Amino acid sequence: MISSGGAGAAVIIVGGGVTGLSAGWWLAREGTDVLVLEAGAAGWGASGRNGGGCSHHHSPLFREEQRLWPMMDELLGYPTEFQPERIRIALDERQFELYRRALENGARQGFGTEVLDRRQVRELVPLAGEDVFGGYYHHFGGHANPHRTLQAYAWAMRDCGGRLLQHTRALGFETRGNRVVGVRTSRGTFACDHLVIAAGPATAELAARLGLTVPLMSARAEMIVTEPLPLMKLGGVDGNGLYGRQTLRGNLAYGGGPHEWIEAADVQHTRPYSTPLQGGIARRLCELLPKAAHARVIRSWAGFIENTPDGRPIIDRPGGLENLTIATLSSVGFGLSPASGRAVRDLVVTGACDFADLSTLKLSRFAGLEPDWPVLQGWLPTAVGAGE
Amino acid sequence: MKATPHAPIGRDPASVAGKQPPIDEATDLLIVGGGPAGISAALTAAGAGVRVTLVDENPVPFQTMGEDVPLHFGGRMAATVANRNAVLESMLAARPQLAEAIDAGVDVRLGTAVWGLFPQRPTAGWIDGHVAGLADEDRVYLLRFKQAVIASGCRDMGLAFDGWQRPGVMGAAAAYRLATTYQALESRTAVLVGSGTEALLIGNALMEAGVRIAAVVEQAARVAGPADLAARLAANGARLFTRQVVEQTIGDPQGVVAVRLARIDGNGAHLSDPGERIECDTVVLAVAAIPAIELLEATGCAMSFQAARGGHVAVIDAAQRTSLPFLYAAGDCAGVWPSKSLCDGIARREGRIAAVAALRALGAAADGPSEEPVSPDPPLRDVAHERLAWVRATTLQAAATPFVCQCEEVTAAEIMGLRPPRYLGWRRDAGESWRLGSVDPQGVPDPDVVKRLTRAGMGPCQGRRCREQVAALMALGTGSALADIPLATYRPPVRPLRLGALAALPEVAAMAEHWDSWFGMPSQWIPFWRVPPAYTVAGRCTAEPVGGE
Repeated sequence: MISSGGAGAAVIIVGGGVTGLSAGWWLAREGTDVLVLEAGAAGWGASGRNGGGCSHHHSPLFREEQRLWPMMDELLGYPTEFQPERIRIALDERQFELYRRALENGARQGFGTEVLDRRQVRELVPLAGEDVFGGYYHHFGGHANPHRTLQAYAWAMRDCGGRLLQHTRALGFETRGNRVVGVRTSRGTFACDHLVIAAGPATAELAARLGLTVPLMSARAEMIVTEPLPLMKLGGVDGNGLYGRQTLRGNLAYGGGPHEWIEAADVQHTRPYSTPLQGGIARRLCELLPKAAHARVIRSWAGFIENTPDGRPIIDRPGGLENLTIATLSSVGFGLSPASGRAVRDLVVTGACDFADLSTLKLSRFAGLEPDWPVLQGWLPTAVGAGE
Repeated sequence: MKATPHAPIGRDPASVAGKQPPIDEATDLLIVGGGPAGISAALTAAGAGVRVTLVDENPVPFQTMGEDVPLHFGGRMAATVANRNAVLESMLAARPQLAEAIDAGVDVRLGTAVWGLFPQRPTAGWIDGHVAGLADEDRVYLLRFKQAVIASGCRDMGLAFDGWQRPGVMGAAAAYRLATTYQALESRTAVLVGSGTEALLIGNALMEAGVRIAAVVEQAARVAGPADLAARLAANGARLFTRQVVEQTIGDPQGVVAVRLARIDGNGAHLSDPGERIECDTVVLAVAAIPAIELLEATGCAMSFQAARGGHVAVIDAAQRTSLPFLYAAGDCAGVWPSKSLCDGIARREGRIAAVAALRALGAAADGPSEEPVSPDPPLRDVAHERLAWVRATTLQAAATPFVCQCEEVTAAEIMGLRPPRYLGWRRDAGESWRLGSVDPQGVPDPDVVKRLTRAGMGPCQGRRCREQVAALMALGTGSALADIPLATYRPPVRPLRLGALAALPEVAAMAEHWDSWFGMPSQWIPFWRVPPAYTVAGRCTAEPVGGE
């Protein structure tokens, strides 16, 4: 067991989002002295700004995601609102073909999907309309409440003796030889035996302070929420270019559509604002669930999210520093968080993940990446005039 | 069926780049709110050679009023408010200067709510210039603007007691608006809760509109507002009850038929000696006039708790300018204080000052004498202390644990205990961390976290009836000063919008051509067993179909 006393911790995790807090909880529950440092409020970044989906059949962490979610309320001791299963609705043949991938990926890993015709979709989804082409009923995956889950990780970690310091910004690191020995923050320096950087959009900048290049770009994305509607049998219904769910309260919470690339430096000082894009989301939600057209939209969200060049996570102990773990889930982190936290715990404690093959999530896959990759991929922030 | 490969050079086609919505309408100066401040701003700017647009959400649709948006109407609007033309006539009669503004060339749009302001800025820059989201009975649409004066008035703090959900329990601003602007207040006998200047003024106005004020109830030891205003009510039969609060309403299916008062001690505890029963059909909540800041906050103006201005308001300079240089606050939304409530000349002056500053920013000539900047009265009362006292003596003492958040049905104990909503059926004992204040023991409690965990404030009235109560409960629960409880954020749409109407916002063809549920990156969704060992832009996969999961 790793332990450390004084103003520090055996393991310091920079980043109090779902990944960092899940990792903190996995470490704390086996007695590791863990401290999570969060620059703002826990989960204020992308962790609290997502559709709550738990169905990532493309990921090496998928099996563990599926195994853990049904147990999370019990394991954490706090509610997550996890609900199993999902339906994805296609309004045309192109969407139907596109969405088939989930069936294939699930089947290959032993998870079942039913193909639904128009009539079956309309029976299962009372808010759906006449324009349904078909759909898929996945007997895997599901959805949970991001805010509630985030708080559940934080509380469960604290119940196990882990600590969370909010409004504590990591400013730099102290190293000795090839080890990180401390984190300099806005509230003083904290010593550590192991450092985990799981800081979302700030991961690249923090890693750079340790001489490590983590290629990331950040973007802003939006969602809308309606007033509550009568509960459908299954809340995990999306499609038509949207992700989202009907919450257990009955609200429809959906997002999708174009993202806006942003400067990393703006993330720290700018609140994520929503824009008239909410009209486009509403348009597609009306097409997907036309019987909800009368419902009032009562809120919108926006959030900042990071992506690696290939959009896939980095969960790795990169070469160079021997006690450093990096974790960015590259914009798809909430649903995978029970498994990603456990993977980080494994990397920290044993150096290798014992339940999944993380070889495709290594930082080294970007060794040959073109330095101007954001330009080459067109991931360019909007140039804003001198007006503001 | 394969999706189009990414363009190798240029902008990410799945991003917002090049997808600005078509926006047909534009103005130079947008004024939100047609009360004294807004109308004065409009009349000041009219004739200066710039386009001036004044929007006012009145007449508010009947259904929206039924949801207690934007004010706590408490079901006491007469059926005549469903007759839009009749209401428009009443409104123009009540505010003759609206016609003056129309004659002066101002584009006046009534029945039009502003649900969001979207200035171009870093991280949200995809639409050029500043854009306002508007909604009327027929449509939701966008309007370009250059400068904006927000004169959105005030609303009332809610106060939960047993039976406060009954029809007939309403906000003072709502009662005043129905009585004066709409000529449509269905009330014969009212009990006024609160005795500050704004409360007594509205009590007198209601009395003049034919409502009998049966009683004025004040938790403090003496009437808080001007004695002459209280005396005028008393002379017309109102009884004054100090050191008392409403314990409960008694009602029938049509709503309130009476209230039962409770006597309190100096700590807000109810005395065993029972309070009086007072027959009334309406309970007017007038414990605090709250500046209507939702549009200002949602747009990102710096805000602060300023007791002299009646709570959280936008930080403004001598020209009424907020921290966003194109945005001004005038009238009650910039602060409520007694001398301003007593005389609308102050609100009008704020409107003129804001309009002159906006005209200068537009490069237009702003004539007329320069105005003295407006500052609030030195506070005679501690509004933060008063709000806590009302909640402590009323809500925390309520025997039948009323819902503080009526939309989401959340009680004070549930808010202070951070309990998950009842529909989750969560029965397990909480871990030791589960309590208000545990979210960040080093910092102050965060109202947005309380919202998310308890759902208080998350319903269709958008927190209008419970926000200030939740903040007061958080202060009482943690021993914090009310001024130290941060303001929970507002987000557009700041008025509930029908999904089908929002869906009709026009978009360009490029939006549909590249719409994906997530980032539109083929490589993101390649299953892990097919991922190539190295990634470069040159070698990246573009042939996979794109479709976010």
